[in-house]
Amino acid sequence: MTRSDQKTSPTYQDLILGLEKFWADRGCVVQQPHDLEVGAGTSAPETFLRVLGPQPYNVAYVQPSRRPADGRYGDNPNRLYKHTQLQVILKPPPATVQELYLESLTAIGIDLSQHDIKFEEDNWESPTLGAWGIGWQVMLDGLEITQFTYFQQCGGVDLDPICAELTYGLERIAAFLQDVDSVYDIVWARDPETGLAVTYGDVRYADELQFSVYNFERANVDYLWKHFDLFEAECQELLSAYRAIEKDDKTPAEAVACEKRRFPLLAAYDLCLKCSHLFNLLDSRGAISVTERVGVIARVRNLAVGISKAYLDQQGTAAPEVAARKQRQGAQGAAD
Amino acid sequence: MPDFLLEIGLEEVPARMIDAAETSLGFRIAKLLVDGRLDPGNAKMEEYSTPRRLAVLVRGVAASQPDSEEQVVGPSLKVSFKDGQPTQAAQAFAKKVGLPVEKLEKVATPKGEYLAVKVVNRGRAAGEVLADAVPKEIAALYWPKSMYWRSKNERFVRPLRWLVALLDDSAIPMELFGMPAQAGTRGHRILGGSATIPRASAYEETLREVKVIVSRGEREQRIRKALDAATRTVAGARWREDPELLDTVVNLTEWPAAILGNFDREFLDLPEEVLVTVMRDHQKYFAVQDASGKLAPHFLAVLNTEGDPAGIIRHGNERVLRARFNDACFFWQTDQKHPLRNRVPDLKKVTFQKDLGSYFDKSMRVQKLASLISQSLDDAGVKVRSGIVHKAALLAKTDLTTELVKEFTELQGIVGGLYARAQRLDPNMKDDQREAIATAIYDQYKPQSMEDSVPRTVEGAVLSVADKADSIAGMFALGLQPTGSKDPFALRRQANGIVKTIAEHKLPLSLRHLCSDALTGYTGSEAEKAFTAAGLDEALAGFFRERLEHYLRDVLGLEYDTVNAVLAAGFDDVVDAVARAQAVGKVRDLQDFLSIAAAFKRINNIFKQAQEKGFKTAADFDDSIATEEEKLLHAKAELLAPRFDAARESRDYADALIQLSTLRESVDNFFDKVMVMVDDDRVRANRLALLENLLRSFSTIADFSEIVTEGKGS
Repeated sequence: MTRSDQKTSPTYQDLILGLEKFWADRGCVVQQPHDLEVGAGTSAPETFLRVLGPQPYNVAYVQPSRRPADGRYGDNPNRLYKHTQLQVILKPPPATVQELYLESLTAIGIDLSQHDIKFEEDNWESPTLGAWGIGWQVMLDGLEITQFTYFQQCGGVDLDPICAELTYGLERIAAFLQDVDSVYDIVWARDPETGLAVTYGDVRYADELQFSVYNFERANVDYLWKHFDLFEAECQELLSAYRAIEKDDKTPAEAVACEKRRFPLLAAYDLCLKCSHLFNLLDSRGAISVTERVGVIARVRNLAVGISKAYLDQQGTAAPEVAARKQRQGAQGAAD
Repeated sequence: MPDFLLEIGLEEVPARMIDAAETSLGFRIAKLLVDGRLDPGNAKMEEYSTPRRLAVLVRGVAASQPDSEEQVVGPSLKVSFKDGQPTQAAQAFAKKVGLPVEKLEKVATPKGEYLAVKVVNRGRAAGEVLADAVPKEIAALYWPKSMYWRSKNERFVRPLRWLVALLDDSAIPMELFGMPAQAGTRGHRILGGSATIPRASAYEETLREVKVIVSRGEREQRIRKALDAATRTVAGARWREDPELLDTVVNLTEWPAAILGNFDREFLDLPEEVLVTVMRDHQKYFAVQDASGKLAPHFLAVLNTEGDPAGIIRHGNERVLRARFNDACFFWQTDQKHPLRNRVPDLKKVTFQKDLGSYFDKSMRVQKLASLISQSLDDAGVKVRSGIVHKAALLAKTDLTTELVKEFTELQGIVGGLYARAQRLDPNMKDDQREAIATAIYDQYKPQSMEDSVPRTVEGAVLSVADKADSIAGMFALGLQPTGSKDPFALRRQANGIVKTIAEHKLPLSLRHLCSDALTGYTGSEAEKAFTAAGLDEALAGFFRERLEHYLRDVLGLEYDTVNAVLAAGFDDVVDAVARAQAVGKVRDLQDFLSIAAAFKRINNIFKQAQEKGFKTAADFDDSIATEEEKLLHAKAELLAPRFDAARESRDYADALIQLSTLRESVDNFFDKVMVMVDDDRVRANRLALLENLLRSFSTIADFSEIVTEGKGS
């Protein structure tokens, strides 16, 4: 191989399928994207909530990530309103996590012996989510292809165990593999019969253009604020209801535990995500003044932190069940 | 004598932390060997590091600690023997040290004679000592940012993945974070595999076989050579030296090589600042210049691999850089559609600090403050084009709303300057005015450090000082002043910048006025409601005094007592304080001056005593009750005062001080012959008046009593 030839290099969907297969083969649950607007794979509950608590979990999923302010009307070859991440969570991370990651690159057709790869310091922090981690940006021939983070804290809570988060930038990797200068020229799929290609532009250009118009020009600011207030209010109500259960000392413990387990904290988290996205929209409409800004961020953070605390409590309630299941699995393992 | 090898195998350590960690580990191990009595005095240490390891090799450590003799003292002879027979006390002591009583020695001490014995402590084997002490030293290494991966109590920069500890060819049985030490190491991630280190002294060559150069110095040489070789492929070209970047790439690689890549000539239309920032800060590429010193359309990337025979890596890097440059071009063009002059209102949406409001508010304050500064400079006869300052202050922050600065934040100010130069700011403006505005905006954040240069023009200096003073005053008013090592808003750096700018532009400004004007800028604002800090004026004055002290000592290299002496006589006028300090620095080692300084110290002490005892000082010196020596000193001082003042007023401080030194003989004579603290109240008060007069007249340049004279004068 001298240089990648677009005809022989993997298509965009080959890349996704390849990575999913790779991680599935290493014990990950392959999840579907969260079906709400999120700014990053980290915000999806499969990361934000699953990293909390003691339960081990390995998962991989594609997550379209919307950042309204990054939209460029489809004019810029590298910037997108909605880009796509492939997110892997390994909780806890194995000691060979970096080697595993490098193997995944080989699996999608990158011959590491022909390239220059570096792990350069890049720590991650999201004050809105009360979360931070330590890690690297992985550079391949000068291109940042992955964000590699050891999560240390989420929702203001120290993680135990910690987890490793691998976030692949799919458009970048595809453009690199296919050696194209514009994301819109990436071959998304190729008909195996006819060899006809469908490009990223064919699939997504209209999306980028129209949502840029909406985000920057047309989104109704008054409505957005109303939506924000409503979603926030409902989320707060749910959180208060959960806290009321926590404080209830008249009901028998077992009934309280049952009530907690069925409590829709997952729904509360979706409401929080709605608020977060609305904040981003309002921001891209230039509708948030300086004085408001800090306050609005704090409102979203309150929800996120409140949910993570409640979620941990809920997990604790479920702990006996988890322990019992582990014991069953352990017994099975011993029997094998 | 065996060799000791320690290698800590880690996931990639941040490049910026490696130098300090390598030094610190070496220091700790060296100290451990000395404290643990394992350094026979000629052990030789080499320190190594790569992104994935920190290592120390010590040749010739002691195989074990030397045995040591210790004298154990027992009971006194008095209680040890009764009637020549050993008492119970003596027998108990003998039993404890395992010797019969008759083998015990007697030692004389200041308290009398005692029973004693010499005990030999057998030295422990080196491996044992190291196994105990080394893990503690490693765990105690300081990291600017650390993490946990096993348990919250174990923090380190990145997870530990292997540990080598050898004495010659045998592993030392030690453990760190649950990882046992052994002889197995790992080579380059891609090019090397794992390897076993046969013996400590074979460290370098074993790692070389698995494609790791463990010596930072050697990697640096290799990178330099590779950069030279790659650059030679372009006639007349040279790569731009960049020590910081070089250090970074040394710490990012284990087996470095370099390649030369190219970019399209048309990108050279972008300003050099933008191109170099993209290459250097974002891609870690070295810039290349042609024979005339102009940026050439090439770059150098340092790889962590063998080479790039097929040009694949070069191609990839060129692709990334092209996309980056295209972005920059796109941003540049987009930004021009909305020129700076229209962006001022947009600053209302950019937060300066949550309690201090937006950058729009800041711009308004800075504009006013800059006008006040211009005015007072003008009053003092310094020519400032206040119209330029006014306009520059208004536009200074507008580049924060541009796409280019959002992308390359480190170019704030510079981009504003470049845009101001490229845009029509005002239809009636002349080219030289626009140029002056652009330069002031471009330089507004200067100096970024004590090594950095100050703004090139006086207008730029005024803008820079006003901007920084506004930030410092606002933060102090909110109670956010730096404490200890914490200075999140870099206020010390900003105040250093003010001091340096004022000093080097020789601006006749009062720090006190600057601070109070800056505070006044917040009057009536929303921000003011959040102001809590009391005693602001003193706090700000003290803060600037420290910064000036730092400048005089660390930048101008003046001795600390010179600086103290000068600042004790005033620090409000930076330029004046600098001149005084330089003058004192010049004369301070002259014999006559030291003698005067010693005398002033003595005078200060006399006044301290006088105050303690409640002695009065006469209002005026009375000749009629004075001795010859007093009269002479008084007369000389009276004669000198106008000349001293004249020299001081013309700021010829060195001359003033030399004049003052001529007083030495009379002063020495006075102190030789005259006793000040006599019993006669009138005479004593009169003598004190004479001395007070001296202090008052001649302490205006510096408080000479601060000068350390011991061991210097006669």
